Amino acid sequence: MGKSTTSMKDFEDISLRDAFGKALVLMGEKVPELVLLGADSLGSTRGAAFAKRFPQRTFNFGIAEQEMVAAAAGFATCGKIPIVTAYGFLISMRACEQVRTDICYPNLNVKLMATHTGLSMATGGTTHHCTEDIAIMRSFANLTIVAPSDAVETAKAVKSVIYYPGPVYLRMGRGEIPKIYSRDYKFEIGKSILLREGNDITIMAFGIMLIEALKAAEILAKENIQARVINMHTIKPIDKDAIINAASETGAIVTAEEHTIYGGLGEAVAGVTSAFYSVPLIRIGIQDTFCGIGPEDGLRKKLGLTAQNIVKASKKAILMKNKEII
Amino acid sequence: MPIIKIWGGYSKLKKLNSRELAKKANELRLISLEMIDKASGGHIGGSLSAMDIMTALYFNILNIDPKNPKKKNRDRFILSAGHKAAGYIPVLAERGFFSKKLLATFNKLDSPFGMHPDMNKIPGCEMSTGSLGHGLAVGLGMALALRMDNYNSRVFVLMGDGEIEEGTVWEAAMGAAHYSTDNLIAIVDYNKCSMDGLINQVLNIEPIEEKWRSFGWEIRRINGHNMDEILTALSNLPKEKGKPTVIIADTIKGKGVPSIEGDYHWHYGLLSDEQLLDARRKLVGGE
Repeated sequence: MGKSTTSMKDFEDISLRDAFGKALVLMGEKVPELVLLGADSLGSTRGAAFAKRFPQRTFNFGIAEQEMVAAAAGFATCGKIPIVTAYGFLISMRACEQVRTDICYPNLNVKLMATHTGLSMATGGTTHHCTEDIAIMRSFANLTIVAPSDAVETAKAVKSVIYYPGPVYLRMGRGEIPKIYSRDYKFEIGKSILLREGNDITIMAFGIMLIEALKAAEILAKENIQARVINMHTIKPIDKDAIINAASETGAIVTAEEHTIYGGLGEAVAGVTSAFYSVPLIRIGIQDTFCGIGPEDGLRKKLGLTAQNIVKASKKAILMKNKEII
Repeated sequence: MPIIKIWGGYSKLKKLNSRELAKKANELRLISLEMIDKASGGHIGGSLSAMDIMTALYFNILNIDPKNPKKKNRDRFILSAGHKAAGYIPVLAERGFFSKKLLATFNKLDSPFGMHPDMNKIPGCEMSTGSLGHGLAVGLGMALALRMDNYNSRVFVLMGDGEIEEGTVWEAAMGAAHYSTDNLIAIVDYNKCSMDGLINQVLNIEPIEEKWRSFGWEIRRINGHNMDEILTALSNLPKEKGKPTVIIADTIKGKGVPSIEGDYHWHYGLLSDEQLLDARRKLVGGE
């Protein structure tokens, strides 16, 4: 990994998207092979600053995401490091086959930067919700999936992803996310981060649900339940050791994600526990439903993507662990 | 899995003339048919219809070096119609990217070769293909990247005629014209057949020239089995500075095996012993 002299202070009070845009320009200065590919959304994905700074290294493909992703493969075969930016639902679904067949199968060094994921486009309705992308992307061999939680982590993740060899899907939300980290922490792809120690239950989350996980741990602490909170910023490859340790040391797990419960973080964690150390595991996420329209927080409340619901699930998981309920 | 050693024969190949190329193409047709025969089936029709064009590219046109298959200023060739691999793989072997002995593994367990080519297993193969409609956009990305780095390399993308029914082809066609990638050359192997029938009965792609022209491309229309016409079309590119070129090659599905020529049922198949013997007589003479 390259050495950075960038001050993380610049990233502390900005939105996740803005952090992405800013980090991209910084990396553009350092890595001449970087090229930016957009699909008529460079403004909203925050690629515009890079485009302004490096017009010769920016390619707008118009509203043609499949072409853009396939072209990224072509760029990569010629030694470039293409940054593909688009709304997450377009990368993961519209250009799904290009991601799988043109990028993952030949294992090309393309960085898929998915913005507006989860319920970021809440009032946009189901067409613009991106709540199945992880399930789809997890099934592709060779692909790494990273989902940062705040602006500082986004800046660090962008840097790590660019220096990481091979294809990566970086999943970013749109909202202004309260700061979780100080600037000093180390970000490493594939290595989860312990945010809070506890031995009664483990809560694993990423993205916007990490804040809810931390809030839930606060509430639980008041009832004398000590929850371990882990930031699972890399969904693939999943941090197996952290999961096995959590299972063996806390005996119960709750996962929380702004994504369908089918094929997301919860199932990735369950895949590890069921094979190595079986414990009660409850998945908080979107059930088998499309989400409807509303403001972001309203939708999350309706769908149960809240600290309160994580608290409830945690208590239930502890009862299951203690065999008080089955 | 057999590890492919780069053989490197023909590195300093003398360019073949049109008569030699036509002969070479027929020899390669036979190698392809024999390979398919050993594998008990393959995409015969399209492999044979595209063979003259692929032979011309690899033995006269492309700036490539099998001893140094990754040299940066090389021309690129993408077999976007990946199912024609049964024709393409013998061409790469004959050109010296790997030993022809390996062709016997075609379609076998853990072979580097199957119905569709894998760039990470086959020296000289620039892109893994098979699903139709991807290659032109991949080629556009290559063309843009090579132009950025000031290489004179050209990118040739061979598509099937049915393949241009895919919408992504036209996204890339629009993009190439927008970015004035005159180092991108599309070739349409217009053999008039797709899997379910004659192409213009399955889905009419005419007027094909007007379509490409209206998307901002320069057109060359040729007989894809006339080596002189092929060489002329593939030389002196781009046809017009600042514009991508498409070569629409009228071809015959199954060209070289009289009993299957022009028959859409031969998209995929296996010749009888008698048909193979006939093909051998026709293609290289003698037994």
